[in-house]
Amino acid sequence: MTQAPVLDVKELKTSFFSSDGEVPAVDNISFSVNKGEILGIVGESGCGKSVTSLSIMKLIPQPPGKIVGGEILLNGEDIVPASEKRMREIRGNDIAMIFQEPMTSLNPLFTIGNQLVEGIILHKKVNKKEAFKIGVEMLKLVGLPRAEQIMKEYPHQLSGGMRQRVMIAMALSCDPKLLIADEPTTALDVTIQAQILSLMKNLNKKLDTAIIMITHDLGVVAEVCQRVIVMYAGKVVEEASVRDIFKNPKHPYTVGLLESIPDVREKKERLYSIPGNVPKPGAIKQGCRFAARCANVHDRCFVEDPPLYKAADGHHVRCFLHAAGGEN
Amino acid sequence: MSEVLLKVDKLKKYFPITGGVLGRKVGEVKAVDDVSFFVNKGETLGLVGESGCGKSTTGRVLMRLLEPTEGTVEFEGQDLTKLKAEDMRRMRKEIQMVFQDPFASLNPRHTVEKILEEPLIVHGVKDKEERKRRVREMLEVVGLNSYHAKRYPHQFSGGQRQRIGIARALMTKPKLIIADEPVSALDVSIQSQVLNLLEDLQKEFQLTYIFIAHDLGVVKHISDRVGVMYLGRLVEITEADKLYEKPLHPYTKALLASIPIPDPDVQQEKELLKGDLPSPANPPLGCAFHTRCSACMEVCKTTRPELVEIEPSHFAACHLYNK
Repeated sequence: MTQAPVLDVKELKTSFFSSDGEVPAVDNISFSVNKGEILGIVGESGCGKSVTSLSIMKLIPQPPGKIVGGEILLNGEDIVPASEKRMREIRGNDIAMIFQEPMTSLNPLFTIGNQLVEGIILHKKVNKKEAFKIGVEMLKLVGLPRAEQIMKEYPHQLSGGMRQRVMIAMALSCDPKLLIADEPTTALDVTIQAQILSLMKNLNKKLDTAIIMITHDLGVVAEVCQRVIVMYAGKVVEEASVRDIFKNPKHPYTVGLLESIPDVREKKERLYSIPGNVPKPGAIKQGCRFAARCANVHDRCFVEDPPLYKAADGHHVRCFLHAAGGEN
Repeated sequence: MSEVLLKVDKLKKYFPITGGVLGRKVGEVKAVDDVSFFVNKGETLGLVGESGCGKSTTGRVLMRLLEPTEGTVEFEGQDLTKLKAEDMRRMRKEIQMVFQDPFASLNPRHTVEKILEEPLIVHGVKDKEERKRRVREMLEVVGLNSYHAKRYPHQFSGGQRQRIGIARALMTKPKLIIADEPVSALDVSIQSQVLNLLEDLQKEFQLTYIFIAHDLGVVKHISDRVGVMYLGRLVEITEADKLYEKPLHPYTKALLASIPIPDPDVQQEKELLKGDLPSPANPPLGCAFHTRCSACMEVCKTTRPELVEIEPSHFAACHLYNK
């Protein structure tokens, strides 16, 4: 932990402004990503995990959205006030992103080579021929056979898994320090998902790129991540190493989430289920956001919003039950 | 002891591929290719497979939402494929379906009451008061409130909408429910609520389920028996525990090994399946899986293996076990 983190997010708050007023989708979250680390962000729909990643890329549609507070330090530089021109340099060079839908994130009208080379020429200041060579190498790196031919093919000629590999190649083509992967395997079949996950793990080792893995699938987290952040309704509710999250979860939400997954290894008589529904962003104004669904709720939880408490080294929980360790 | 409710024999569904100016048939997609299985009364049969394996098409052909190309579907001894359209409509009182997308499967312009009432009107419950009463009862059964009847689908969350979808399927008091990916659009915490509800309903109304899903964990949890499909074919079918503990078919093995396990300590070195799913329009000759199989033999490339009983009640279609 002597090295400065690649990314340090401090009290980030991103809101959307609608006719009903301000809706904070991400509310005061802080976390950091170290060099070469794979950090997982998990949560259900509407918890703010995708808004977090878009905030880091500064791709929040504005209006209605806006980063209203906090800092995003990338290698020490705060990119919240950065200009669009500066951001264009950062995106691709320092941070790259891959999206959930490999079907829609490639332009169907251009060949793979065309799209892959575009970014390389722009960021690496090389000529077309060299860029093509780099492109072919990148495709080989992500395990695509017959890379030269694929450069000349169109997205529709590739399968979902291959398209996601192309996306990864594209994202990594300018050696970013940080790769944000927003649900990269959700649209893929399990056998293909396993291939992509193992590819991402290998690339992480080989290139030492830090990865933020955003997902709703706890199995994926256990498979690839080293550290995990659990988000609920725009807040970080728990942060710990992968082992601690799965072996020693503290927050009632994390516990409930783990209990409610059907496991292929053993058959539970009955699945645990968290009562109620995932709240809409901004619906809960006061107290702990999980209070209404929590099994261990106290009166205090409805009034006061718990801070992040320290449960152990590197293990933080936003719950009054674990107040003993002191505030973080 | 167990009574067979539904028996599917050599079911096929081919979709034509048309091409050229005249729209002539130039090929066919064998979405379901020679599938046979049975479902016992009161049990849950899970059907799993990757996208394009034909599991949803199978569900739709059973309901005759799609006409089968060949084969028979016997429901309580009656061949559904031979029924006239009108008789089939009456038969659908007994077989109902729950769909994947709770956002698309409910009419946004109808109130919940109207949505739930419709199956009763179709199946001849004439008394209006009776219909209203049954709608309210059913809402309570699936864990909603009777005052929800006057609301519109957009006023509900995904999980609640799926409950409405289930309520609609139950309105006609069916014997068999075909659930096509009923929980895959839901969040984890909501998913378990709906799975528990399905189990409770099964006990309460002695329902039989055909549960179609791609999530192997979910299928294991809810199913008594599980069938694995690959490129339109059933490659293995047996009791859920047996399938997960001792899979026979190489595809089932690979599929099970691919699931990410929510436990960082169990990071087994996986044998990853190579390559992609071949196109169903042009499936490989012989065994459809031979292009990706690690135990591929010469015979696999030429002869299609039949689904045979390898151990008691454990069926698999693989040459490895054909002695």
